[in-house]
Amino acid sequence: MIDPGWYMGLAAVLFMIGALGLLLRRNALVMFMCIELMLNAVNLTLISAGRALNDLNGQVAVFFILVVAAAEVVVGLAIIVSVFRLRATASVDELSELRG
Amino acid sequence: MTELIWLAIAVPLAGSVLLHFFGRFLKEPLPGVIASLAVGASFVIALTAAIPFFEGGAHGEAVLLWEWMPAIGANIEILWDPLAAMMTLIVTGVGALIHVFAIGYMHGDERFHRFFAILNLFIASMLILVLAGNYAMLFLGWELVGLCSYLLIGFWFRRHSAAAAAKKAFIVNRIGDLGLMVGLMLVFTAFGTLSYAGIFDRADAELTTGLATAIALLFFVGVVGKSAQIPLYVWLPDAMEGPTPVSALIHAATMVTAGVYLIARSAAIYELAPAAQVTVATVGAFTALWAATIAMGQRDIKRVLAYSTISQLGYMILAVGTTAYVAGLFHLMTHAFFKALLFLGAGSVIHAMNGEQDMYKMGGLFKKMKVTGITMGIATIAIAGIPPLGGFWSKDEILAAVFERGGYFSFLWVIGLVTALITGFYMARQFILVFLGKPRWDEGVQPHESPRVMTVPLVILALLSTIGGLTNTPIRLSLEHFLEPAFESITLAHPPEETWLLVVIAALSVIAGLVGIGAASVNYLRPREDWERWEGGLEPVWSWWGQAYGVDEFYGRTIVAPGKRLAEVTAFDIDIPVIDGAVNGVGRLVRGLGAWIRPLQTGYVRNYGALLLAGTVVILIWLLVGGA
Repeated sequence: MIDPGWYMGLAAVLFMIGALGLLLRRNALVMFMCIELMLNAVNLTLISAGRALNDLNGQVAVFFILVVAAAEVVVGLAIIVSVFRLRATASVDELSELRG
Repeated sequence: MTELIWLAIAVPLAGSVLLHFFGRFLKEPLPGVIASLAVGASFVIALTAAIPFFEGGAHGEAVLLWEWMPAIGANIEILWDPLAAMMTLIVTGVGALIHVFAIGYMHGDERFHRFFAILNLFIASMLILVLAGNYAMLFLGWELVGLCSYLLIGFWFRRHSAAAAAKKAFIVNRIGDLGLMVGLMLVFTAFGTLSYAGIFDRADAELTTGLATAIALLFFVGVVGKSAQIPLYVWLPDAMEGPTPVSALIHAATMVTAGVYLIARSAAIYELAPAAQVTVATVGAFTALWAATIAMGQRDIKRVLAYSTISQLGYMILAVGTTAYVAGLFHLMTHAFFKALLFLGAGSVIHAMNGEQDMYKMGGLFKKMKVTGITMGIATIAIAGIPPLGGFWSKDEILAAVFERGGYFSFLWVIGLVTALITGFYMARQFILVFLGKPRWDEGVQPHESPRVMTVPLVILALLSTIGGLTNTPIRLSLEHFLEPAFESITLAHPPEETWLLVVIAALSVIAGLVGIGAASVNYLRPREDWERWEGGLEPVWSWWGQAYGVDEFYGRTIVAPGKRLAEVTAFDIDIPVIDGAVNGVGRLVRGLGAWIRPLQTGYVRNYGALLLAGTVVILIWLLVGGA
């Protein structure tokens, strides 16, 4: 059996890619994909931890996250579509009206 | 019938409600007729219910209608005894006549129905006051009549002076009301109830002389306000800004007598406080003299009557202070008749003169207005105390009772006698200036007798002024027997027993009145230049009288001006910089803080994301390094 540490390491790398992508990219769709990447990195951590500790709760938590993520995608995409209709752009830097 | 006595209050109240809400759909004079009928019905109800008292011996009873606050003895409860019956009959009887008169006087007023709505409310309030079975309900009526007085003085509120007079009356009355209110609190602490039944029977046992004096004096503060005694009488002359029927009803015949009624009702408390009684009598006597002198120097026909009212109220207060309650109430009754008559007569004159109130611009009206002239002439000699008219019997009974007390009261008797002389003078002066001599009318004034609806009440009141005094003569003490059950446990002051002394005292006051009338006749029947020179010769005293001793100016300088200054200081020097400053300061502080923190919100999602990430990392490190 492969050492869970590897999976953890992979998850960390995926998470960092997602986080950096989120911070550096401007296209809302790409940022969205980055968030999905981070979520799945977390899922990977949970599954591998559950497997290592022989505990089903890890997998249960993943199902919750999947459901929430699916719902979130629906809402997020709807927002992006309507923003695009309004502004004809998907760049988040154009959406800075809330600057104090 | 006694159980139904609440109808006497309910009928005018219903009339008032009806006229308030539906009066404007009714054509003149219908609202006036409805209002007059309501008061008339009230009078009939009271008269029927009073039959046992006329038969003699009946004590009357308390009728409990509704338990309002039983714990403190404050219920809607009517005490129907001879005293209440007498007051009710005066209020509704005189009130009904004045309502009828007002139908003519208020003819053409755009708020005709509103006038009668308030007038009916006033009658209901006054009846609540006199029929109350406890001090709480009395206080309710006391405040309600104050409110009606305010509404009616300011009835023509578009006139600045009327609005100001209404406010003045209300504020001055409030000063007095404060005293009454504190007095009632003292009563409550002493007895644990405000019900008459629980107070008067136990007054002897519960009250020390000091406490009784305190209560009596505090009540008297309320009386001084409502019954216009020194030093709070200043509102009454200004109250003449209201329509004349209001002056007649409220500021002469009924409301201002509430103070006399309060003292008579609280006789059991006053009896335990001799010092308070002497104070009451003294204030009454000095008010009588003070106001009578002012009345001499007035030019306005209604102001003469206003000061005359204050002076006559002084007599009543003197009487109740001397414990001559019956005499005081007797004078209250005769005064209600002749003073209502005088005011209505004055209203008739003003009506005829197109609103002119300056007596120096009248004169010679007798030929034009026979009915008004004759009835006012009767009232004039009635108030001057010439037998056998009303004022003679009642004023004489007061003076005789005061004389009989002796000692210090002899001094008050002299004051009363001098006042009787002055009363004769200023009343005769008024009558002559208005009705006799050569016309001094302005151009274009064409006096005419008033319509029937105004003269009939005058005639009835003249009749009452003439025979009203016969209800209580030394030969036949009907009123005294009528009121006896109400004052059973009270020691009443009486006129002397000896007939010759009675006759001498009566003769002295009649002579005083005649001298006054004579002096005024000799003086004012001369041509205008002569009496004007005579008035000028009395300077500066004449001007003091004319300007009411400058008391208004004095109050203005010593009380009103500092009050306004205080208001200015609190408004502009305290409220704006301190209170508003604190409120605005909080706002400015928050805004400054916000301006300082605001740059954090860049509006770029990635900045928020970075901060979120950094925060998470910091917390993570803290956990890993072994914080908690």
